[in-house]
Amino acid sequence: MLVVKCPVCGAEGDETDFHAGGQAHIRRPASHDPAHVSDEEQRDYLFIRINPKGLHFERWRCDRGCGKWFHAARDTVTLEFKAFYGITELPPADVIAEAKGQWAEYFAKRLKAEKQA
Amino acid sequence: MKPRYSLFSLARNAMNYHKDWERAWRSPNPKPEYDAVIIGAGGHGLASAYYLAKNHKMTNIAVIEKGWLGGGNTGRNTTIIRSNYLQDPSIAIYELARSLYEDLSQDLNYNVMFSPRGVLMLCQTQHEFRAFQRTAHANRLAGLDCRMVTPQEVKEIVPIVNDDPNCRYPILGAYYQPRGGTGRHDAVAWGYARGADAMGVDIIQNCEVTGIQRDGGRVTGIETTRGVIRTRKIGVVTAGHVSTIMDMAGVRMPIESQCLQALVSEPIKPVIDCVVMANTVHGYISQSDKGELVIGGGTDPYNNYSQRGSFPALEHTVTALVETFPIISRLRMLRLWGGIVDMTGDRSPIISKTPVDGLYVNCGWGTGGFKAIPGSGWVFADTIANDRPHPIAEPFGLNRFQEGRLIDESVAAAVAH
Repeated sequence: MLVVKCPVCGAEGDETDFHAGGQAHIRRPASHDPAHVSDEEQRDYLFIRINPKGLHFERWRCDRGCGKWFHAARDTVTLEFKAFYGITELPPADVIAEAKGQWAEYFAKRLKAEKQA
Repeated sequence: MKPRYSLFSLARNAMNYHKDWERAWRSPNPKPEYDAVIIGAGGHGLASAYYLAKNHKMTNIAVIEKGWLGGGNTGRNTTIIRSNYLQDPSIAIYELARSLYEDLSQDLNYNVMFSPRGVLMLCQTQHEFRAFQRTAHANRLAGLDCRMVTPQEVKEIVPIVNDDPNCRYPILGAYYQPRGGTGRHDAVAWGYARGADAMGVDIIQNCEVTGIQRDGGRVTGIETTRGVIRTRKIGVVTAGHVSTIMDMAGVRMPIESQCLQALVSEPIKPVIDCVVMANTVHGYISQSDKGELVIGGGTDPYNNYSQRGSFPALEHTVTALVETFPIISRLRMLRLWGGIVDMTGDRSPIISKTPVDGLYVNCGWGTGGFKAIPGSGWVFADTIANDRPHPIAEPFGLNRFQEGRLIDESVAAAVAH
């Protein structure tokens, strides 16, 4: 049984009080001009998933509490939650530092882009 | 050549108190080089190796397994065999598999205990009734032996079913595939392993793949915990771990790994002689030859590599089945376990070449791979041997996700595969 804590309203409950919403930090390709979205980008958005054995980043919804979506960092082997954070936020720096493989690449790219902006 | 299993070999070995049975397969050390390497010694991997050797005469091949053969999902499923899917490509591959199962025991000289006891898929809402009528029409056009049955017939086939018309989900009918049924899951893995081994295939257990070597966009070998093995062709057949293996070759997959649980009850006298799937309430049930009720349901909704599922998913499955079969409410459960299944977005498998030359992948069977093992191995072996998709495998290519050519079984089959 997973014990989940909502970072928005603070409610704590088991997994049946929440809704697992799949991988976090997926951005829809720019939609102002659909012609600019390639088939590969659309495929990546809809179907390709980071599927790590270990630390993973996910979306959850506080189903029976405030109803808000939020983010969670969870280990897919131990099933242990490492952090809960807001839907517009990045994970805490110490959790980002633990990310490996495709997640590490993603956060490196994202942090670099935010620094430039 | 291995001695054949027969009544005479049984009698001969009985004379020696069964102490002299030969080993069913060798435990060879890996050679430095093979013509092809299959990663994953589950049913699909072993069947692929068997048909590579048998149909395509490729015997200098190896199957690499990080644990023991048949120890993953092949030994963890509820052994249901059926082919009554909605979409034509699905019907083609699952029916190929089901028909191969019919004489698999003779082909392998190994009793896989295929039991075509019939698969009954209940209709418990009007929507489900109409959806299965649609599937029934599609299946008849494809020539499958399937039919809709009335609530009265359901009661005759499964007397223990709750036929109260006033219950929350009354039985409105069912979709019946009399040629579907069950098999012995371990025997399928063992039979293919023995058959492949007899033709010279090396099955190397306790050997984990740690890297895939490439040169100029084509594979040249694999790194394992038992050293480097050179090869020009690699077939990845690792179910829940497919993303981690493909990541080693830089190929990202449309897969999420989740836990699916199953459980068995204490053994009881025969009460149910077919497979019943109740998709609306979400549970499926059959009775093993030992008398245990074999029960399965849905996956946990989040990624999981732990082979341990959650209690709520289990409770949901058992609640559904107690509602449908009230007499099982006081049965004690004997064992439960989880397997890590590889889920695709359209709930159809991937049998494909990849952007890396010489790298082939067979995965995405999700919650329903056991029934497909012979057909999957058959077309994947052909795909590897000829370096082009077998016609039945072609619709299941990786490129369908960018071309929007999905084979949508997620809606068609409702839940249970």
